[in-house]
Amino acid sequence: MDKKVLLIEDEPNIIEAVSFILSRDGWNVKTHSNGHDALDAVRNRQPDLIILDVMLPGKSGFDILQEIRADSELTQTPVLMLTARGQEKDRDMAEKAGASRYMTKPFSNAEVLEVVRSMVGL
Amino acid sequence: MATLNVLVLVCLLYVAFLFAVAFGADRAARRGRGTWLRSPIIYTLSLSIYCTAWTFYGAVGFAARSGLEYVTIYLGPTLVMVGWWWTLRKMVRVGRSQRITSIADLISSRYGKSNTLAVFVTLLAVIGTTPYIALQLQSVTLSFATFAASDPTAAELPDQQSTALWVAFGLALFTILFGTRNLDANERHHGVVMAIALEAVVKLFALLAVGVFVVWGLAGGVSETLARIDASPIADWNMTGSRWIGLTMLSAAAFMCLPRMFQVMVVENENEDHLRTAAWAFPGYLMLMSLFVIPIAALGLQTLPEGANPDLFVLTLPLQEGRDGLAILSFIGGFSSATSMVIVAAIALSTMVSNHVVMPVWLWVTGGTAVVSGDVRNVALLARRMSIAGIVLLGYLYFRMSGGGTALAAIGLVSFAGLAQFLPALMGGLFWRAANRTGALAGLGVGFLVWLYCLFLPSFGPSAILPQDVFDNGLMGLNWLRPQALFGAQGMDPLVHAVMWSMLLNTAVFVFVSLVTFPQPVERLQGAQFVNVFEHSSGAATGWSGHLARSEDLMIMSQRIIGARQAQALFSGAAQRQGLAGYLPEPTPDFLQELERELSGSVGAATAHAMISQIVGGATVSVEDLMAVADETAQIMEYSSKLEAKTQEQERTARQLRAANEKLTQISVQKDAFLSQISHELRTPMTSIRAFSEILRDTGELRPAEQAKYVTIIHDETIRLTRLLDDLLDLSVLENGQVVLNVQTGRLGDLLDRAVSAAGGDDRAALQILRDRDDEDVMLTTDLDRLVQVFINVISNARKYCDAAQPVLTISLKREEGSLMIDFIDNGSGIPTNQHSVIFEKFSRIGEIKADGAGLGLAICREIMARIGGEITYLPGQSGAAFRVILPEAIASEAHAAPA
Repeated sequence: MDKKVLLIEDEPNIIEAVSFILSRDGWNVKTHSNGHDALDAVRNRQPDLIILDVMLPGKSGFDILQEIRADSELTQTPVLMLTARGQEKDRDMAEKAGASRYMTKPFSNAEVLEVVRSMVGL
Repeated sequence: MATLNVLVLVCLLYVAFLFAVAFGADRAARRGRGTWLRSPIIYTLSLSIYCTAWTFYGAVGFAARSGLEYVTIYLGPTLVMVGWWWTLRKMVRVGRSQRITSIADLISSRYGKSNTLAVFVTLLAVIGTTPYIALQLQSVTLSFATFAASDPTAAELPDQQSTALWVAFGLALFTILFGTRNLDANERHHGVVMAIALEAVVKLFALLAVGVFVVWGLAGGVSETLARIDASPIADWNMTGSRWIGLTMLSAAAFMCLPRMFQVMVVENENEDHLRTAAWAFPGYLMLMSLFVIPIAALGLQTLPEGANPDLFVLTLPLQEGRDGLAILSFIGGFSSATSMVIVAAIALSTMVSNHVVMPVWLWVTGGTAVVSGDVRNVALLARRMSIAGIVLLGYLYFRMSGGGTALAAIGLVSFAGLAQFLPALMGGLFWRAANRTGALAGLGVGFLVWLYCLFLPSFGPSAILPQDVFDNGLMGLNWLRPQALFGAQGMDPLVHAVMWSMLLNTAVFVFVSLVTFPQPVERLQGAQFVNVFEHSSGAATGWSGHLARSEDLMIMSQRIIGARQAQALFSGAAQRQGLAGYLPEPTPDFLQELERELSGSVGAATAHAMISQIVGGATVSVEDLMAVADETAQIMEYSSKLEAKTQEQERTARQLRAANEKLTQISVQKDAFLSQISHELRTPMTSIRAFSEILRDTGELRPAEQAKYVTIIHDETIRLTRLLDDLLDLSVLENGQVVLNVQTGRLGDLLDRAVSAAGGDDRAALQILRDRDDEDVMLTTDLDRLVQVFINVISNARKYCDAAQPVLTISLKREEGSLMIDFIDNGSGIPTNQHSVIFEKFSRIGEIKADGAGLGLAICREIMARIGGEITYLPGQSGAAFRVILPEAIASEAHAAPA
């Protein structure tokens, strides 16, 4: 497997953990850690899957997702949203903005692997 | 014979005593003590600067030359005090409600805050007063020379001019010391007033003592004295009605228009009711002053040798009789009269010159930029000091140039006549709403020219300045332009002639021009404020409208002019009255007007108006002003102004409601966000902990380095979690008031040391911290650990958020009303005005910077300060972000007063 995943997250420890888990599973992991130019990073990397945190410096994850969906080349790219706020309305907002899946922190490593695999049809 | 040395010694002791009195009174006033300083008696005595050396010595000379005529000089003020009491009251009320600093300020204020008018009045006042100051210097040197001449031990006569120079120097020094101590908005000088009140007592006592000596010591009783008067040439004198009336009117007008009289009567007035006392007490004082004038004159003429100067009878009579003590007392009396006049005149004129000439020129030269960047306060003080020195110097130069000759003797009345030219503009301004600026300027100009041509220039004598030909045939051969027979009015006394024509033409031109020209809106408004001062005193006159963002600019400017402490007190006071927290009030017309008056106390009305309009913009002409111009009737103008005020009031209420609503919404959103925030702050470290512990558990072949790294992450994240929980619990305990204070005593400097090192354990760009360690020698008794917690928070905030290239944090101390204020001011871009209201709320992080705190720091600080009885506030209008920690008196004591 040589699937490319782009992780957009600002907590260095979480970046490290998720990168570790996914690399060991055979993913090609790229990371990006701010909201301002997240869309450019997505366009440049052309990932098969995006993992997007909600609370990012510069721009909220919901706004970034809307921009991704507005780009004709990226409408179909699966996006997994991560949030630490775990409220119902966040889930609604994620769905409205066009998230493919939604997970609340903290998560189990196995669950993350399972979800990302299913999202790219593995 | 009195030795000159004794006289000099007594004189120096007296001067030292005056300095001590002025110093003591200033001190007492500043400490809020000494209500006797503000008694009506002191006020009345200070009015007696009307009696200068010219009246002290000159009245006797006057009586010796022209009999009872000298009484007119006292009669005028008496009539004003008794009959025009309500006019004076109006003047005082206007002066107080408009924060008037001088007569030039009053006239300029009334006529649309016109600086042209102020400059004109100032020039006139300087021209009219300089000879008068010279006259005082002359009287002191002359009386001194009299003493020297009668002292055989004095080898030679001291040089008159050097005496005058020393006197002038001493007077300038005294005036600068006590007249420009501060730039107080209310412009009162307790020390000076106290000193001149004392001098008033001394000069009255001296004159009475000489009088008693003459009547009972020389003449041998009252009936004998009367007989001596009958026998003297004074009894033969017959009065001319026109001169009598003319002089009385002139002295009455001068009493109201002299800059120094305006200073003591209006500017230094503490309480309008003092006028009630002064209305009978001041005429009483004048009566006592004039009581013995005739006896002294009569006996002087009879007993002293032919050709003795009658102006010095008060001094030469006791000297000739060998009463040295009495002569010295008399000298001190004359000295008092002269010095008090010069001191007050110099203060009054210097205020005018610096406010209306120097400051506007300086503002113009610096292009107004200095209003917010320079130190206006120091410039104003310096201008005032230089002006005082300049004015006294001018008097001295005039004395030297005129040679101290007889030309000076007539100068008193000439000065009076010049300054009386203010009267039409002054009275018109107080009582006639249609009076306007153009009229005032024209009237003053014409009156001044006539005075100059008919009285001032001829006073130097024929052919001195005006050639004899002009006296005989008029200017350019025009017969009706003869300076002492204008329009063919021949055979009149030159003084009465000049006063009549100048006042007549002044008033006529003033009325006529006012009627045919149109006042500007500001003039109309000020006119209503002045003429109807008793209805308006507390009323809202409009003229300004501004917006909140400008409040901060106004504050920056005000700090430069009246000083940071006073400006902050003024602004926070106004904010409190409007029901707002913090330092920035709504710039309501009321507030702007209050501010303008406060500033005008320091820099004059016209300048203050110009400064505020630079910031608030050209808001001087409001809708209501335009209405006023469109409509001629005063009623409609006032009615519309009330409507306007009401509409503005409603708008303001609506704005405040919107602001309150906005804050409630913000708080509600924050409360809502609170749970979501806690959730986020807790879940983020938990995510790392869970992920890495699962990695450690499920991954078999981890390298030892990796293992160690992941365990460290788990460890750090648990600490982060603990810290967060600690903060939350801390806040909760503080908010519920369950906190137990651990009260200790420690030195502020040590606490700040602790805080700086605790906040500095970081590898961020170095923050330079500026402190004044001497200032920090203050002992504090409170929960020191909690206080240090606050300091750490504020310092580490500066470390995190100060965005300057070279971040600097200045920690400075101030004391105010017993409270200790510790200001932390950095040089970054500060916190935007719209965020000021929320920075102390929980989880409020300004901007998008991801900092490692949870946004609880300042909320905790606020709670801690509330618990220990202090306060922490954000201070707007500084160079960067500025936090002020306020500790009440009970906590902070000076180091030496602290328990060991």
